[in-house]
Amino acid sequence: MTLAELKKNQKARIKKINLENPNMIRLMILGLVEDAEIGFISASLGGDPIEFDLYGSAISLRKSEAQEFQVEII
Amino acid sequence: MSNKDVKVPIEKVTISSKKTVAIIGNPNSGKSTIFNRLTGLKQYTANYSGVTVEKHFGKVLLNKNLINIVDLPGTYSLYPYSEDEKISVDVLKGNMEGTPSPDVILAVVDITKLYQSLFLIQQLIEIGKPLLIAFSMVDTAANKNLHIDLKKLVDKLGNISFCKVNGTTGEGISKLKKLLIENLDKNTIVDNNENGVNIYENKSNGLVSEIRNRYKNIKLILSDTVKEDRGPKKLYMKLISWINQPIQASILFLTVMATIFQAVFSWANPLMDLIDNGANFLITQIETYLPTGMLSSFLTDGIIAGVGSVIIFLPQILILSFFIIMMEDTGYLARAAFLVDKVMKSAGLSGQSVIPMLSGFACAVPAIMGTRIIPNERDRIATILAIPFMTCSARLPIYALLIAAFVPNTQFGFLNLQGIVLFGLYLLGAFGGIFTALLLKKTSLKGQDPTFILSLPEFHLPNIQTVFIKMLDRAMIFMKRAGTVIFLVAVLIWLLAYFPRSEEIESQRDLFINEAELYLENEELVSEINRIENEFSAQHLAQSYLGRSGQIIEPIFKPIGWDWKISAAVIAGFPAREVVIAVLGTIYAVGSEADEASLAIRLKSATWPDNTPVFTLPMVLGMLVFYAWCMQCAATLAIMKRETNTWKWPLFSWAYMSILGYVGAMAIYYAGNLILS
Repeated sequence: MTLAELKKNQKARIKKINLENPNMIRLMILGLVEDAEIGFISASLGGDPIEFDLYGSAISLRKSEAQEFQVEII
Repeated sequence: MSNKDVKVPIEKVTISSKKTVAIIGNPNSGKSTIFNRLTGLKQYTANYSGVTVEKHFGKVLLNKNLINIVDLPGTYSLYPYSEDEKISVDVLKGNMEGTPSPDVILAVVDITKLYQSLFLIQQLIEIGKPLLIAFSMVDTAANKNLHIDLKKLVDKLGNISFCKVNGTTGEGISKLKKLLIENLDKNTIVDNNENGVNIYENKSNGLVSEIRNRYKNIKLILSDTVKEDRGPKKLYMKLISWINQPIQASILFLTVMATIFQAVFSWANPLMDLIDNGANFLITQIETYLPTGMLSSFLTDGIIAGVGSVIIFLPQILILSFFIIMMEDTGYLARAAFLVDKVMKSAGLSGQSVIPMLSGFACAVPAIMGTRIIPNERDRIATILAIPFMTCSARLPIYALLIAAFVPNTQFGFLNLQGIVLFGLYLLGAFGGIFTALLLKKTSLKGQDPTFILSLPEFHLPNIQTVFIKMLDRAMIFMKRAGTVIFLVAVLIWLLAYFPRSEEIESQRDLFINEAELYLENEELVSEINRIENEFSAQHLAQSYLGRSGQIIEPIFKPIGWDWKISAAVIAGFPAREVVIAVLGTIYAVGSEADEASLAIRLKSATWPDNTPVFTLPMVLGMLVFYAWCMQCAATLAIMKRETNTWKWPLFSWAYMSILGYVGAMAIYYAGNLILS
């Protein structure tokens, strides 16, 4: 599954990142790297963008970006 | 404030007065607050990613030596992806012209966000200059039940001194200063990496694996230094996460926006009246004590009217700034951007554009200044060009006058036609702005859909002192930058409307007044003299440079149904649109102190030479559309130049909006006439 499908109270570990998308480097710099654990905090109106927790930092991503991350639920 | 503002007597200057400290940290790490604490300098900060695009300097007296402090833009890494990061790298390495190479790097680290922060710290260590870490947000860590062994953590990084600082209370600042002095005395290139982790692993694997390795190291460091209590969440944290749910957040957002609009319109009124009354009082005084003539006219119609037209908006700007600064300072602005991102995405923009665009409903000048919170340059320019379409408070008096005079006051159920037209004009403005943004994003500002990667800061209490200093700062910028332009143009318009003087008209006026004095007395005489003076000032205006240019350009505006009087008034209004009312008032010989109702009556009875009325419904509706879209504000153009650093965008905006307004007015005028006939 991808990060965009994460639901409330779920936490996931990043398995694979689509590096074809040039924006992903910027997200990796922010700490969204393989093996990082990321939690769903809340979604905005209409479910997009989504706010995630990454080791204490709150990051907002659009679904189109969250889709580039393959994750597994933990 | 620049370096040269601080004067140091020559005998007190020591070698170390040339030393420099660079402050760096992630956005929202509390960096700017610590900078303010150290320097005592006012400085602009926002709870947003990458707001400090400008270079910020300060000085601090440490151990009797003046030390330069450079506040670098908030950044997550030293990879030169954005302008901010490029600037930071250049300054840190001493490659920035005009900025001394720093002797000590002071890194501010939000203790609740160590995972992200240590990435930058690793890169700073590699630079090889003395590094000092100030840990901030200690109180938030307590709220989050975080237990951190800082000593152990820093030891793992290398030989680095550190302290805890609370920017809000100032706790820890003296310790920080002490550490700064110690580090400044080191004065040698240190190898921080000696007993720290090996940060350069294998650079040849490229950037991606470098990033991966850095975070691997960070996880290793954090694994046995940070413990999070899994116990129950504190009430405060629970409340915060409840309010961040979409529905609650939307209600809160609408409430906040409604409060701001209410405040900008109603709270400002008493203050605006006060300024207006003050100006009128001055005018009366001048008219009483100075003989009627050029000097009196220059002071009242030129200077006071000019300066007054600027100051009158100050209350609204202060109130709006207050709310925006409060939203920035508490971290709410990022929340609002998160909430409305999807809506803004449909216009090709992102959530960060929404607050400046809403601010534009009060005044475009502070709204354009507010676009600095938008990190993407293309988005920022598209937003800047969309903002002047928002119905600002200067358009309101024009709408009010024309609607009250020409739109019938009919009721449709509980809706009122005048109200509907006014609301429609607000919508028309917003539509124009969004259309413009979309158009630009599809053409000259074409780029990828902006990514919307936003760090959402924690809510925290604003520092009242900081809010106050920032408010004053914005007021000063408005008064200085916009004020000079409006003022100069107002004087210019006065000159054009006053000259050339015609001796013939003057003597004829005196003749009429003398005659009136023979037959009338008391109140009748006063009102008759007023009438005569107004009539002759209208004659003056007709043959003034302004009046003549109105007649020259009349052919241009004839297709949208305007005579030379309206044309002249609109031309006079190009520097500041609200001027049009005063000019219409003078041209239609009502006198500038006459109320709007009597001006409305005059407008209604204005005719073309063939006795057909000038102000027909299609013409008025066209004129309203013209005012909804046309760029008539020198202050906005000046601020646009300042914020985009080129004349290209203000000139484009001016031409584009003028043409759009004209074409819109023409379309309405012809369509209206077609329907009526």
